Amino acid sequence: MAEKILAPLAGKVVAVKINVGDKVEEDDEAMVIEAMKMETEVFVPCNGTVKEVLVKEGASVEEDDVLAVIE
Amino acid sequence: MENFSELLQTSGFFFLTPGMLVMWVIAFVLIYLAIAKNYEPLLLLPIGFGILLVNLPLANLMAPGEGLLWRFYHYGLQWEVIPPLIFLGLGALTDFGPVLANPRLIFLGAGAQGGVYLTFFIAYFMGFDLKEAATIGIIGGADGPTTIFLATKMAPQLLGSCAVAAYSYMALVPIIQPPIMRLLTTKEERCIRMKKGRKVSHLEKILFPVVAAILLILLVPPSAPLMAMFMLGNLFREAKVVERLTNAAQNELLNIVTIFLGLPVGATMNAENFLQPKVLFIFFLGLFAFMVSTATGLLLAKLMNLFFKDKINPLLGAAGVSAVPMAARVVHKVGAEADKKNYLLMYAMGPNVAGVIGTVIAAGIFLTLLN
Repeated sequence: MAEKILAPLAGKVVAVKINVGDKVEEDDEAMVIEAMKMETEVFVPCNGTVKEVLVKEGASVEEDDVLAVIE
Repeated sequence: MENFSELLQTSGFFFLTPGMLVMWVIAFVLIYLAIAKNYEPLLLLPIGFGILLVNLPLANLMAPGEGLLWRFYHYGLQWEVIPPLIFLGLGALTDFGPVLANPRLIFLGAGAQGGVYLTFFIAYFMGFDLKEAATIGIIGGADGPTTIFLATKMAPQLLGSCAVAAYSYMALVPIIQPPIMRLLTTKEERCIRMKKGRKVSHLEKILFPVVAAILLILLVPPSAPLMAMFMLGNLFREAKVVERLTNAAQNELLNIVTIFLGLPVGATMNAENFLQPKVLFIFFLGLFAFMVSTATGLLLAKLMNLFFKDKINPLLGAAGVSAVPMAARVVHKVGAEADKKNYLLMYAMGPNVAGVIGTVIAAGIFLTLLN
């Protein structure tokens, strides 16, 4: 079952900490988004493997954009 | 030798007083805090230097009608030019989206003005006159330009100390607010996740500054100078057809007027004006106002939760003070301590920008009632 990591808020992706194929656990840090000059961590929602990473560092994201897919 | 002592007597050194030296120390402390600690450097650096300059005898920089800093003060502040221009820039920087997405959060921006009014009464009973009390109370709104605007009109003798108090407490938001926030909320409340706000259309964002300007200026006419420019700046931003003006208002213009705001504010702080026991009370009362405003914001959110089915995270109430966006960031951080996957930042921006409007209205109400 695939689960998406959604952007919890609009901002700029400043760090991507997962790669396709990585084994990840729930609550691992997946990305860092900068909004209002503050860095906010985004966490992995479930255990699994990273199937897709859809954003790169420096990308601007809107709230609820899909950032990555975990399988 | 005689010539040398004559020269010395016409120099400023001869006229230095101990009070001036004390003011130098205060100036150096502010300059130090700005540079080394990054405390509101955009304001505290020019304010600090302004304090130093006005305490150099014989320079007469604040001499009415002739001094350079007096001209900045007179034409910039007394003529009410600079604070409204700051608000033009702030309007161009403000996104009212979070307010429109969650309109009920506007009330939190009003709730966090509680400290302004409570402190007004306390200051009055402590012996300040009504206009001074209002100026001290407005520090609780944590809005620098509004504090300066009101002080210039109501109690110019308190301008420097109230402005320095307001900007100092704004820099200290991350230290002053969190203990109050933890004290007045339970862990469960801090973990409340906010329900997603509705989508806001472009048309709504354009209409908001126009409608808000009409309603709020009609409601509280003396708030017009600040409100008008705030909403005009926001209309520039949302109209998306005058990007050059939006950028100028946000960047060049805001930066230029910031220079001419800080310097004369500092220059009002000469030794005889500032070194009085009542200045200590101003700092104490200002801090009190700010803490009470934080608390009333939190408590109003809790009160609203008694009536709403979708619970509000009460931490958002603390963002009702208008220190934008520091207070919203603090809310986000304290919320994330309780639940790291709770993202309150954008929700907190709602009460935060509503708080700016709330403080301007509070100032307008004082002007209506006391002038």
